[in-house]
Amino acid sequence: MKPVGRFPRAMLAAGLVFLYVPIASLIVYSFNNSRLVTVWDAAHSPTLKWYAALLSDDQILRAAWLSIRIALTAATAASVLGTLAGVALARLGAFRGRALLAGLVPAPIVMPEVITGLALLLLFIALEEAIGWPRGTGAVTIALAHITFCMAYVAVVVQSRLAGFDGSLEEAAMDLGARPATVFRRITLPLIAPAIAAGWLLSFTLSWDDLVITQFVAGPGSSTLPMVIFSKVRLGVSPDVNALATLLVLAVATGIAAAAMLLRYRDRRRMRDMQLAAADE
Amino acid sequence: MTPFAHRTGRRLIAGLPTAWLIALFVVPFLIVLKLSFSEMRLAVPPYAPLIEWRHGWPVPILHFSSYAFLFADPLYVRSYLYSLKVAAVSTAICLAVGYPMAYAIARSSAVSRTALLTLVMLPFWTSFLLRVYAWIGLLQNDGLVNHVLLALGLVHRPVRLLQTDFSVYIGIVYAYLPFMILPLYANLEKHDRELLEAAADLGARPVSRFLRITLPLSLPGIAAGALLVFIPAVGEYIVPSLLGRTDQIMIGRVLSDEFFENRDWPVASAVAILMLLLLVVPIILLQRLERRAMEARS
Repeated sequence: MKPVGRFPRAMLAAGLVFLYVPIASLIVYSFNNSRLVTVWDAAHSPTLKWYAALLSDDQILRAAWLSIRIALTAATAASVLGTLAGVALARLGAFRGRALLAGLVPAPIVMPEVITGLALLLLFIALEEAIGWPRGTGAVTIALAHITFCMAYVAVVVQSRLAGFDGSLEEAAMDLGARPATVFRRITLPLIAPAIAAGWLLSFTLSWDDLVITQFVAGPGSSTLPMVIFSKVRLGVSPDVNALATLLVLAVATGIAAAAMLLRYRDRRRMRDMQLAAADE
Repeated sequence: MTPFAHRTGRRLIAGLPTAWLIALFVVPFLIVLKLSFSEMRLAVPPYAPLIEWRHGWPVPILHFSSYAFLFADPLYVRSYLYSLKVAAVSTAICLAVGYPMAYAIARSSAVSRTALLTLVMLPFWTSFLLRVYAWIGLLQNDGLVNHVLLALGLVHRPVRLLQTDFSVYIGIVYAYLPFMILPLYANLEKHDRELLEAAADLGARPVSRFLRITLPLSLPGIAAGALLVFIPAVGEYIVPSLLGRTDQIMIGRVLSDEFFENRDWPVASAVAILMLLLLVVPIILLQRLERRAMEARS
């Protein structure tokens, strides 16, 4: 195979440095004693005082808890709706309204967030006027908004995965007499399980990190973590935010490492099962 | 013949997400459209009534004052043009940086590829907001970049890097780089090596092989990546808020300011509709590209 040229490889290295220097700087300066985040106070650093400040900051902790709860709800509901949409587009063939669904599903992904946020807030206000619900904006309206754009991502991921398999496995099952519900449960669902899991994780990330749409549909009483962070950092650097960022990067890196190990374990077991099956013959 | 032949089942599977999206995406957008033809009022909600009843029939009342206002004040036209410019330049830089990276990853061994892709995607799984925030510290007058510039003797005083066009470009490129790399990589990875080998056998030099084979074949990936960066970049809010200029704001902030600070909902809605009109062509292009890619896969 032709080796990669020097220029692309150099650009890749430079690009990775570009991607990680800001993250590294966030982490390093979270241990800096000075509030002037970029002046390293060698006499008193490294210190954990910003982490202590973070963990005793009620506003941040409450916002984090709200964000996590909304993200869990939104990710789960979006996974259900998105899976239904993805399955419908990839497996139901032609049905009345297919063009509509096919056009609607990618729309929340491409629509600029300021427009989506404005539109959803106006909807909730009009709804409240018409039928008295939702009573004011808050966690419920935030969750509804998040579900709407997250389901689009899940649908794209699931549809993409299903499109990669033709329907022959499911057809074979039906030829053997399985009912549609059984086929879905024992063939389709396991096939798309990795896609659903990926979609759930993607939705969770998008939901708890969302700022723009949330700013529109959140009420005066509910602040999510991104809203609190944003109001802090508009005024400039804030070392406790650095501490938060470090914890987050740690969590994400751990999660990715765990996922990688899990996948490798599964692959190794499948390889072993196949070898055993072959040895039996 | 599909396994989901049961009619009620089919209706539910397709109907539920469709109903949700109509209720929470199409209807809200129609409200924005209608509100853009309304006028601000000191009332709750703060706009003139959207319909009036004539002879028992609801008739929409259309005010064009919001649109007239947007075109009358040069501030808004400038903001739209500025947003398009920033998005275009950022997309071009993102492409220039992302293409070689995607190319290098696609040409690496299978093992390296997974590791490299993970490395590229890991920042995406952290927080968009925090990643943009990181640049505040780096680009400040006493930040890391200025420290390095001063230490290397390239400048004698700190250079103003924040709240410039430059900082916005960096912010957008940094935040959206994974969106550029992934579609490019997906395209480049599928290229048939034998085409390039055949060209080499026929005597073509590396640059020529790239320009005449790889580049044309990667155009769909370039288009997809560019649109995936350009479209959201036009309406960006976070990057210009944290890193951007104060004397010239992008259209995403204009919309937010009109809504939250001026409390002029009709004008904010008009801003949104005009933004959509600007983006209609790129959005349709992107939908078409994605549909073609989806069909090619199945």
